[in-house]
Amino acid sequence: MKSKFSLFLLMSLFLMHVSFAGDTTKLRKTVKVPDEVNGGITLPAGFNAVVVADTLGVARHIAVDANGDLYVKLGRVKGGGGIVRLRDKNGDGKADEIKTFGDFNGSGIAVKNNVLYATSDDAVFKYNIVNNEVVNQPEKIVQGLVNKRQHASKTITLDNAGNIYVNIGAPSNVCQTSDRQKGSMGMKPCPILDSAGGIWQFKTNVAGQSYNNGVRYATGLRNVVGLDWNSEVNELYATQHGRDMLFQWYPEMFNQQEGAVNPAEELFRLKPGADAGWPYCYFDIGKKQKMLNPEYGGDRTKVGECAEKVQSIVQFPGHLAPNAIVFYNGTAFPEKYRNGAFIAFHGSWNRAPEPQAGYFVVFVPMKNGSPTGEWEVFADNFAGAVKEPAKATYRPCGLAVGPDGALYVSDDQKGRIWKITYAR
Amino acid sequence: MKIKMTVLLICFFVIGLISWQQPDLKASIERGQKVYETYCLGCHQSDGSGVPRLNPPLSKTTYVTGDKKKLITVVLAGLDTEIEINGEVYNNVMAPHDFLKDQEIADVLTYVRNSFGNKAAAITPADVKNVRASLTKK
Repeated sequence: MKSKFSLFLLMSLFLMHVSFAGDTTKLRKTVKVPDEVNGGITLPAGFNAVVVADTLGVARHIAVDANGDLYVKLGRVKGGGGIVRLRDKNGDGKADEIKTFGDFNGSGIAVKNNVLYATSDDAVFKYNIVNNEVVNQPEKIVQGLVNKRQHASKTITLDNAGNIYVNIGAPSNVCQTSDRQKGSMGMKPCPILDSAGGIWQFKTNVAGQSYNNGVRYATGLRNVVGLDWNSEVNELYATQHGRDMLFQWYPEMFNQQEGAVNPAEELFRLKPGADAGWPYCYFDIGKKQKMLNPEYGGDRTKVGECAEKVQSIVQFPGHLAPNAIVFYNGTAFPEKYRNGAFIAFHGSWNRAPEPQAGYFVVFVPMKNGSPTGEWEVFADNFAGAVKEPAKATYRPCGLAVGPDGALYVSDDQKGRIWKITYAR
Repeated sequence: MKIKMTVLLICFFVIGLISWQQPDLKASIERGQKVYETYCLGCHQSDGSGVPRLNPPLSKTTYVTGDKKKLITVVLAGLDTEIEINGEVYNNVMAPHDFLKDQEIADVLTYVRNSFGNKAAAITPADVKNVRASLTKK
C-alpha cells in the first residue's frame, strides 16, 4: 500500500513536471521512439523489423515508390492531411521526414511511373510526382462510386497496361431484403451487383470516369479489401471478406465453433468476367466447398449454382479479415518467398463469444500464380495480449514491398508502420 | 423533532422502495443478459467494447446512458446513419429489432445500461411500449 502511494506521488510529480515543462516537441519525441524488439511483432528467424513511423492515425493501405518513398493512405484525415509521405534519408529504415497532404479520407493507394493514385470512398485521385515531390494538384480520374458507408473503402491496384482496378464492396452482408435482419431472405437477382460487389477496371490516363466508362472486371465479391496485380502471370488477385452471422442467424445449421470459422475467407485469382458467387454462395470450411447461402435456400448440403462459380485458390478460417495482399517480387528474402503472396489479416470480430483470431501477416508460397504449399503465419503478435478488435494493440491493414526487397506493414489501430528485412 | 421523524420516515420509505425494486432490477438484468447474448453480442462483443469503425461500443457513451427514448428507438428502428462516439466514426448497419417484445427490449437495455461500466436508470416495458407507439404513428 505504502509503495503504491509512493508510486502515485512519483507519477504525479512526473506529470507535473511534464505539464509545466512546456516543451511538447521534446515530450512527443520521447514518447515516439519505441524500444521493443522488432517494434513489438514476432518474425521468423533471420528477419528483423524497425518502426518506420508511429501514431500516424488510421493507416490503411501503403505503397512504396521506386525511390523508397512510402505513401500511407489515412482512413481519417489527421492534421489536415489524408495521405502521408514517409522518407528515410539516412537509410536506417526509420522515417526522417514526414509530409502530409490530400484532405480526404480513404483506404486505397498505389504508385507507379511517377504517378500516385489515392482513393476516397467514392473516387480515385491521381497526383504527378516531379523530381521526387508530389505535385499537390490531384486529378479525379474516377468518381461517383457507390458509397453507403458499409464496405465503402475503395482499394486499388495497377496492371502493366495502363489500367487501374478498383474494389467496390457491397453495402450489404448477404443482399437480404432487409440488410442484417435475422430471417430476411436474399434478393435474386441481387440488385447490388450492378454497381458494387465486384472489381471495376478503369484507365489510368482518363479523367472523370465512372460506371459508364468502366468495366465490371469481376463480380460476386462481397467485399475485397486486399487486391494486387501479380506481374509474374499478369493476373488480378483479390482477398474477399466472407459474410457475417452464420451462427447467430442459423444456430440449427452452424454451432458456435462452426460459426467462428465459417465461411472461409478466400483468395481469388480473377480472370476478366469472373463471378465468385456472392451473395448466393459461401465457402464452407468443414465441407470444403462452395455452397448455397441459407438466405438463398442453402442448408449445408445444397450446392446448386455455386458449382459453376469461380473457385478460390486458397481458403482461410472465417472472419480473419484479409485486408491486404502483396506478391513478393523482391530478392532480399530467401528463395522460398519469391513470387509468393503475403496477406495481412486485420483480425476477427464476428467470432464472439468464441475467441477472436487473425491479427497477423501470413505467407502463401506460390509459383506461376498457383499455391505450392500450405500458408503459414509470417508476422504475428500485432494484437498483443488481447485479440479483441477494440483492445488489440495493432491491427495489420496494409502491405507493400520496397525497391530494396523489404516488406512494409501498416496498422490502422494507432498508425504504426514496420519495415521488415532479412539479415541472413 | 417532528421534522426529524419525517426525514427518517422518508428515508425508510426510500430504502424500502429501493430494496423492493432491487430484486426486480436484478432479474431484469439477468434476463437482459440472455437477450444480449442472442441478439447483440455478435456485433457489440462480450464486453460491449464494439469494433473500431464498424460496431459502436456500448460503454462510455451517452447513446447508452442518456435519453431512454433515443436508445429505445435505436433498438426498434435500427441504425443506418453514421454516428460518432468519442471521436471515432462507426459505419456498420444495425437492423431494426422491433420483433423483440417490450419486456425483452426493456430487459436488454436495462442490462446494457448497468453493465460494461455503465450505471443508468432501468428501462421498463411501458417505456418501450410508448416509444413503439410513437414510431408506428409516424
